[in-house]
This record gives sequence, C-alpha cells and structure tokens, in this order.
Amino acid sequence: MELTKEEELALKGEYGETLETAYRILVATGEATNAEKLVPIKWAHLSGVNYNTIGDAGEEFLSKLSQDAKVKVMTTVNPMGFDFDKVSNYNLSDEFIQKQQSIKNSYEKMGVIPSFSCIPYEIFDLPEKGTQVSFAESNAAIFANSISNLRTNKESAFSALASALTGKSPYSDLRINDKPSLTIRMKIEKPDEMTFGMLGFFAGKIADNSVRIAGVSKMDKRSCKSLCGGMGTSGRCGKFVLEDETPDSEKVDFDKKELQNVYDELNTSDKGDIITLGSPQLGLEEMADLSSMLKGRSFKKRCMVFCPRAVQEQARKIGYTNELERAGCEILSDCCTCLTPLVDKNDIDSVTTNSIKGAYYLKNSNGVDVNLKPLSQIIQDETK
Amino acid sequence: MTLKIIVRGKAQGKILKTNIPINFLGAVDKKTGIINDRKHDLAGKSIKDSILVFPHGVGSSVGAYTIYSLKSSNAAPTAMICKKTDLTVASGCALANIPHVIATDDEYAKLENGKQVTLDAESGKIL
Repeated sequence: MELTKEEELALKGEYGETLETAYRILVATGEATNAEKLVPIKWAHLSGVNYNTIGDAGEEFLSKLSQDAKVKVMTTVNPMGFDFDKVSNYNLSDEFIQKQQSIKNSYEKMGVIPSFSCIPYEIFDLPEKGTQVSFAESNAAIFANSISNLRTNKESAFSALASALTGKSPYSDLRINDKPSLTIRMKIEKPDEMTFGMLGFFAGKIADNSVRIAGVSKMDKRSCKSLCGGMGTSGRCGKFVLEDETPDSEKVDFDKKELQNVYDELNTSDKGDIITLGSPQLGLEEMADLSSMLKGRSFKKRCMVFCPRAVQEQARKIGYTNELERAGCEILSDCCTCLTPLVDKNDIDSVTTNSIKGAYYLKNSNGVDVNLKPLSQIIQDETK
Repeated sequence: MTLKIIVRGKAQGKILKTNIPINFLGAVDKKTGIINDRKHDLAGKSIKDSILVFPHGVGSSVGAYTIYSLKSSNAAPTAMICKKTDLTVASGCALANIPHVIATDDEYAKLENGKQVTLDAESGKIL
C-alpha cells in the first residue's frame, strides 16, 4: 500500500504514539485487503464498548489511549453492558459498573457521540449516497452497504477506531466495488423475520465479501435487520444485493433442509424463562409495531425490550413506551440482548427470542439456552 | 513458500490447526485462550503459545479486542496463519504484535497439526 509522506511520518511515530498505533492498524488491514491507498471517511461507528466483551485489557487500553487521542470525524458507538438509568435494579457488581463507566468516559473524552446503539443507520441522518464510512458493528456495516447506499468494509473494532482517529480507511474490497460471485436462492415461502435471520446466518457461512440473494423482492425493516444481524454473526460477508440470479454465478439454495440445520444449531430449548427483543436494537418503527401487536395484551413472563436511548425518548413522546410498559415490558437503552450481563446464567436457564444474532451470543457467551420464535408467535404464546 | 505478510515478526510453536473459521468473541476465552464454542472442533483446547492455523476469522468485530486481551493475559498464540484475510484478525494481531500471514491453499494444506515450526513473518517463510 502506498502511503503519503505525512502518513509515512505518522506510521514512524513522528506525530505520537496514538497515530503510530492507528496507522499500524490501517497498514495491516490495508495489506490484508490489497489496498493501494488510504481514502478519507466521513463517519466511524465503533464496537468494543461493552466491558463484558473487551474486559480489563480493553478498558486499560482505552483509558490510556484517551489521555491524548481525539477522533477526527463523526464517531458513534455500539451498546455497552447495561442501561445507566436502570442499573440499580440489577444485581451487577460494583467492579463491572466502574469498569463500564471508565470505558464510557474514555470514549467521551476522545470526542465520540455517546449513542450506545447498534443501529446507527436508523437514528442518525445518513450522508449522501456512496459516502465512505467505517462501521465496525457487523449488522450496521451490512445494512449501510446493502440498504443505505454507503460504503464500508466489515470493519473490526480496531480498524474502525483507527479510522476514527485518522479520518481514513484502506481503499479496498467493498469500498471500491464488489460483484457477488455467489447467489443464494431463497426457497422458503411466507418467510418471517426469523427465516430471514436464518437466511443471513446461512449466507454468512458460505459467502465471501458479498452475496446476491435471489427470490426476495422486499422485506420489512424487522426482517431486514434480522438478516443483517444473522449474516454478520456467522461470517465475513459485508453486503447483500437482492436481485435475480445471473448465469455466471455459483448458486446455492436456501431450502427447508438448510433452514432446519440453522434452527437446530441455534435453538437449544423448547421454552424460555424470559423473553428478550432487540438484537439489533429496536427502531421506532418496530416499537410502534410491537405496541400495536400487543393490543392490550400483557406478557406472562419478564420481557426485556432493547432500543437506543434516542428511540426510547421518541417512543415515550408518542406513547409507545406507555403501552409497552403496561404490557409488562422492561425497556432498556444503551445495551442490547447480545452480551449484556443483565442476562445471567446464574438466574436464567433459557431465553425466548426472535433474534438469530442474539441466539448465537446468548448460547456461546452468556451460556444460556435459547428458544427461537418469531415475534408473532411470541405474542401469541407468551401474552394474555 | 510465498506467504503474504500482514503483521511482521518471528514466532515459534506447535501448529494447532482447524478447518473451521473462528469467531474470537463468541468462541474463545479471552483470559485463558481456551475455545469454548462446543460446536467447534477445537472445543476445550487452548490456543495459547500455539501457531494457530485456521481458515479465517468470522463474526463480531469486537473479536479484535479478544486477540488483544489474549496477548495481555499471556494466553495468545505466538502467530496466526490463515487462508483468507479478515479485518478482525488482521487488526487484532497488528495491535497485539502477533505475527500474522496468509497462506495459499496448497501451503495451508501442507501445515501439519502438532508439528513444531518457526514462522518467519519478515521473509515470509515457515521453517
């Protein structure tokens, strides 16, 4: 990769340790993707905010970094471990709360917008078509490329952080152009959001950087986010296009057998002790949907609903949160189903959810069993 | 050998090889280096001090922090060899100073599980 004189100097440490580290990361990711140069980006979205996932090493790294580092472009951040307004309702250790506070402070000190959301594409104004951004959250990178007409690679926590600190990213792969070499033919009739999540999980396993999906003309927001979440969890694929199959590409069917395989991999229980909704976090549209689906019904067990702070505030003004709270929902912001310590295997054996991404992390990271059901089924079975 | 160098350095260790991609966030304990994804063929094994050979990283972008944490806890592999690149592994290794190279399919096939090797990720050779 060719660097400008200034970039070379930064890599050699002439402008301090922070930029040296940032450029070292950009050079590695640039070499990895055969980039010829770095290009400016307008927006970085960072992962690596939850103490549960980055641990002590991550907390210490950010604390040291934030002593002199400042972001150069608009930078938003992923969910953290809990909702600061409601943390006292939960039995979290003081150590966890302190370490999470330190991470939050470090990011704020660096100048990031404290969005704590995995759906930046739903809560911020989008830049114009074709704008280069750097999104680490995998569902957000896939959504940005496939739906929002932005350009990003499926960045890592560190490559997006390096982009935030330098305002640059390697010009490669999905940033240039990427014609999918694989077509997945959707063969399931009347798919719900879980079917799309499982399609995404299946596609992520076999696709390279991008994939063509044939046989789907449109999806609602919930299904689309479910697909992005599932795809980001299982693979390295960062983009899908919905279009008819082309003669020159390899074709694979997503049929009942494949659907069952994904379901059997992720569904490990026939019931849940609690329900969680939101991974990705729910947007305003889904909050509206949920409140109208409930129609006066109430949950028979605990139901945690995860949405960004900005969405909760809007939903409160419109009245959706009133309806959800009446139905017994616990509305939580700043965090998400995935990897929150609020779902603790010491208290809970199994969780009912419609999230494919959530299912993977609930099982593998939180260590609880998962009962997968589409939202319509959850409302039918779990409310009265 | 024509290894593609992503992160330079030299390393020694026993090859620990899998043909299944690794999700560092979901599947690896960041303090011990033990693979805790029960569906992975390395389940229960530790990647500490190994030369880890796997097709590529998958899943969460936060996996890069796992790689950094492994290094901070002295539980990291001494090097990583993959078939395909991904940004999580590349950036995690870059920050943690873990030598990382990409092998061609032929070279990858020749890497034998359990064999003691030296990786020279300066000249791009495995000895």
